[in-house]
Amino acid sequence: MRSAKTLAVAAITAATALAVTACAGGSGNTSEPTENIDLRMTVWSSNEDHLALFDSIADAYMADHPEIASITFDPLPFDDYTSTVTTQIAGGNAPDLAWILENAAPDFVSSGALVPLTDVFEATDGYEYDDLAPSATELWTADDQLVAYPFSTSPFVVFANDDLLAQAGQPTSAELQASGDWNWEKIDEIGSAVHSSTGKAGFVVRDFDYLNWDYLSTVWNGWGAAPWNADGTECTFASDEMVDAFTFLHDAAFTSQSMPGPGTTADFFAGEAAFTVTQISRANLLADGGFTWNLLPLPEGPVGEYSVTGQAGIGALANGANTAAATEFLAFFTNPENAAQLAEYFPPPRTSLLTVDTLAGANPLLTPEQIEDVVIPGIENGEVRPSHTDSAQIAQQVRAGLDALWVADADIPAVLETTCGNISPLLEG
Amino acid sequence: MALPSSVSSGRASARPEGAPRKPWLTYARRDALAGYVFIAPQLIGIVLFVLVPLGLIFYYAFHEWNVLAGTFTFVGLENVDRLFSDPQLAPVLTATGVFSIGLVIFNLSLALLLAVLLNRRWRGVTAFRTIFFSPVVVSLVAWTIVWGFLLQDNGGINGLLAVVGIDGPNWLREGGTAMASVIVVQVFKNVGLNMVLFLAALQGVPRELQEAARVDGASDRTVFTRIVLPLISPTILLTLVITIVGSLQVYAQIAVLTQGGPGISTTVLVYYLVQQAFEFHQFGYGSTLAILLFLIVLVLTVAQWQLRKRWVFYEN
Repeated sequence: MRSAKTLAVAAITAATALAVTACAGGSGNTSEPTENIDLRMTVWSSNEDHLALFDSIADAYMADHPEIASITFDPLPFDDYTSTVTTQIAGGNAPDLAWILENAAPDFVSSGALVPLTDVFEATDGYEYDDLAPSATELWTADDQLVAYPFSTSPFVVFANDDLLAQAGQPTSAELQASGDWNWEKIDEIGSAVHSSTGKAGFVVRDFDYLNWDYLSTVWNGWGAAPWNADGTECTFASDEMVDAFTFLHDAAFTSQSMPGPGTTADFFAGEAAFTVTQISRANLLADGGFTWNLLPLPEGPVGEYSVTGQAGIGALANGANTAAATEFLAFFTNPENAAQLAEYFPPPRTSLLTVDTLAGANPLLTPEQIEDVVIPGIENGEVRPSHTDSAQIAQQVRAGLDALWVADADIPAVLETTCGNISPLLEG
Repeated sequence: MALPSSVSSGRASARPEGAPRKPWLTYARRDALAGYVFIAPQLIGIVLFVLVPLGLIFYYAFHEWNVLAGTFTFVGLENVDRLFSDPQLAPVLTATGVFSIGLVIFNLSLALLLAVLLNRRWRGVTAFRTIFFSPVVVSLVAWTIVWGFLLQDNGGINGLLAVVGIDGPNWLREGGTAMASVIVVQVFKNVGLNMVLFLAALQGVPRELQEAARVDGASDRTVFTRIVLPLISPTILLTLVITIVGSLQVYAQIAVLTQGGPGISTTVLVYYLVQQAFEFHQFGYGSTLAILLFLIVLVLTVAQWQLRKRWVFYEN
């Protein structure tokens, strides 16, 4: 009996000690080491070429900074990336630097989780802070301080399978564009014809999958629609523009069948669709495509031409163990020379790098004309995908609400009204 | 009876003056120490991975933790109040109940049916036992992803149905079929384990009893319900407890197949609490939901344990 009591006391003591330790983990650091510093940056790319480039920049930095013992790039799975980073922070194991997705940006930016960067960047010799495009930094700014460097601003574009269009007896994408018919209405019409004659899909909004609804901003922006107003306080899912945009999408899925319906997959890059909306970085999947393809801007909607971009930022986490060292390394990692190197894979936010020569290196499969006509205007004019604080909760509520829309006999205005009702409390905070 | 003074007066006077001091590490103590060393890994594991998390969950339930802002605030019973006013909790508990009941009914009845069939001396019966058991050792996520493809609108299941002229539903996207699909995928994954347990129990039923009953004119059905079932009732209790507790912990299948949809029709309690804690960063509320789950499992397990006296054979 005595042994049992002893064991129980030991267990409770250990539990209490660990609990106190765990709780202390979130309190941050008051003093930071000045030597033997190990920096860690979480990334969602495990591409060997990307990591090799990061390592080479880190090696160059460490050669001049003996206080830095190591710089590690820690790839995490994309699907759970944000929740993994926040769990690491909660566990007292916050990375020093982290990539951040645009949909999580408002949460990170507004919470004070990121270290202000502007003063450090401006004080860094040769950084050329003014070269950063204001449109690229807007999402990552709080109280006039940049808190994350927008290291990748990737426009959404349309890839077209001209072989499949020809097989279905349809005009090529270039002919469509030349004739002034590069709009959603025509895409739907041609997509429907492709589906009925070949059995393959007309157009696919890649990664949407009837779950990740925010990818539909690449369509509804053409109708001038948005999920919430400019300051994010009022839901506009039930607006006339959004009803029209979703009516188009619903018809495409259930009436014209130009878009694969829910639960049906079609991979453009495997030759299973005539058109796909996706980010420019997916062009590398066409290296072994086996079909004739073309790159075009997003089709015109009822409001005319428009562009949408996806963004990622790199920030130094305030809960990290080495915030000062991390910020200084970030200034080096994103200086003009290294930004030019990073531009090989990630469309840069520096206006001086938005040139055909720079971007051609990043996209060897694209012609200079495609880069000049599609990629650069997309980056310069693109509206970033929608984001809001509490983005995960909003995403779940909207996904659950829109599920009722993806059936053949859906009452579209009623579903969108209900969706607005669900997220309004979150928008109001 | 009076005890000798050396015994009755306790440890202080146990050693007579001038006698040699007994070694501290006696045989009894050495045996005890060896026992503790043997159980130490398990004990440390329980402390670190069961008791500490359990204690922390109760601690966190009284706090609100904004991970990104780095604030950790005592909120008292606010999370409990939120639990009772959460409009999504009722549908989540309903989905959890439907999943658990469906899984228990289908899993146990199919496992028992398979065990009875494969308990006979058929040609190739060993191969069938292996086939039905093999999903148990397959990676859960891989198994679920494959089923996800099969259950697509243009997937393998509807392809087979189309061959016989049936236009199959969109299994994972329609409210009526999504939950059934998740249950079936889970049943096929784990039915082999219960089948093996039932097989072992069936092989422990004395043949003489069954033959004696047949000699007395009992039908196969009577032999099964009056002799076999009572004798394997302890195994039925075991599989029932394991299956119910397992059904309340399902997460990966929901995450891969439906993400809780359509709507929140397949959002079970574990999926909901993981969402709250790790996706929405509401660790306090997530912990409160975890306590709710703990209480549900505790109540169900205790209830089953008490009910065993009523229906488990040779229990007092």
